Amino acid sequence: MTAEDQTKLKVEDLNLSFGSVQALMDVSFEVNGDEILALIGPNGAGKTSLLNCVSGFYHAQRGRVSFEGHDISRFSPSKRAKLGISRTFQNIELYTGLTALDNLMAARHVYIKYGPVAGSFFFGKARREEVENRKVVEEIIDLLEMEEVRYRVVESLPYGLRKRVDMGRALALHPKLLLLDEPMAGMNVEEKEDMARFILDIHELWKIPIIIVEHDMGVVMDICHRVVVLDFGLKLAEGTPAEIKQNEKVIQAYLGKE
Amino acid sequence: MLTMQFLVTGILTGGIYALVAVSIVLIYKATRIFNFAVGEMLALGGYFCYSFVVWGGLPLWISLPGALVMAVIVGALVERLVLRPLLSQPLLTIIMATLALSVLLKGIMLMVWTGYDVGFPKNLLPGKTVLVGMIAMSHELLWAFGITLVAFAGLAYFFMKTRTGLKMRGVSEDHELSMACGVNIVTIFAVTWMLAAVMGTLAGFLMGYRLALAPSYTPLLALKAFPAVIFGGLESIPGALIGGLLIGVIEGLVGGLIDPNLGEVSAYILLLLVLIFKPEGLFGLKRIERV
Repeated sequence: MTAEDQTKLKVEDLNLSFGSVQALMDVSFEVNGDEILALIGPNGAGKTSLLNCVSGFYHAQRGRVSFEGHDISRFSPSKRAKLGISRTFQNIELYTGLTALDNLMAARHVYIKYGPVAGSFFFGKARREEVENRKVVEEIIDLLEMEEVRYRVVESLPYGLRKRVDMGRALALHPKLLLLDEPMAGMNVEEKEDMARFILDIHELWKIPIIIVEHDMGVVMDICHRVVVLDFGLKLAEGTPAEIKQNEKVIQAYLGKE
Repeated sequence: MLTMQFLVTGILTGGIYALVAVSIVLIYKATRIFNFAVGEMLALGGYFCYSFVVWGGLPLWISLPGALVMAVIVGALVERLVLRPLLSQPLLTIIMATLALSVLLKGIMLMVWTGYDVGFPKNLLPGKTVLVGMIAMSHELLWAFGITLVAFAGLAYFFMKTRTGLKMRGVSEDHELSMACGVNIVTIFAVTWMLAAVMGTLAGFLMGYRLALAPSYTPLLALKAFPAVIFGGLESIPGALIGGLLIGVIEGLVGGLIDPNLGEVSAYILLLLVLIFKPEGLFGLKRIERV
């Protein structure tokens, strides 16, 4: 088996309910190699719930989530983050009082080993580690073209840029699997094009699988390798963008008839 | 001259209030829970220290650290047994649970240490009243103030230089984000409760040493800290220090110069005024949600 078709993430028969509301029903899918997978579906279809189950923010009542062959169903979100599952948030979650750079550095904290004593004097080990991590962060800043806003406090940034910092923060964890929750929601065409380019760049450079929840069909069909369609907690269809475009059920439920 | 005397006594007493206030602020910052059992937790800490000193006959330099260790255990137990099962329950439920905890702890204290006043031997801490000009400063208040300053300096170091402290700051900012960055927030909650219990125990010991310990009125000390917390801002640790000192000063001045009874309520009058004119407190954060 080559690296390309190795199963990175495997979701099996996931069931999640909130009281009497069934958010997910027997949902299964796989993410292989370094593909870009899109999760689409109408509002309330369970896309974000599914993403939350993968990142550990929700724990499904039934079903399994495995990452690189290990069952991680019962792992806490922090443990999954350390394993290399990193995510962005639909509503942008950042330390709003810190600069863009500090937000990215804060996300690197799992890689920082020096203790309080070294940190107090900031010689040798502490400085070295800080510089190393700063290099990684600078690469991400470079990749996402955030040089201009590096020292700007996040709170003062416009929405589109904050979205970008959020993505940078997720990347700073050096993920093995990246989850993007509506990375382009509320953006204008130009910003969307930038974001699509960044996603492709990340994919190209880091060779990691990416799961995207997105509403913009144009973007999904353009940049994704495979699409999973959800509707009312059920998996409606799965396939390449071309297949999905032809799928009768999907057209009825979601894309609409012409 | 008398005014100066009341001012100085007020500042020194305020240190103890500041310790209680910071115990409340720590928990509120990290978990958004207002801990109504803070008074009972600090009294319990004071009793632990008392037991080591009087029942165990141990010197203070063993007793006080011993009491702090007990406080850490109590803090961890409270978090594990009371708070953790209630994770992600409505906030009001959790706050009611802290009220229930306060009743429970009071009952335990009545059972173990009875309802009578107990006091520490007065020569426990060395030194005697210091006179500066005409202003007298009793040694227990000087000790209290010194311990407060050391405790706050320790907290500042902890929050600025240690990884756990930095994680705590991150968690108090945003729970979800911190989880996504790989911070185990349940552990951080536990550490927060331990730290709050330690701060409370210091206050309990100092208060017990200054006056006496009793399950009925020692917890009421926490009531004094509420205006300090609101005044300083619920989320600000420097605010807790300044708020505590300010409450001490106001109480000292009003009580000394006008009427001792009025002194008791002056802090609450101030609390009302603050709530009317600056509800987020002096150093608190005004939360504005962008829609």
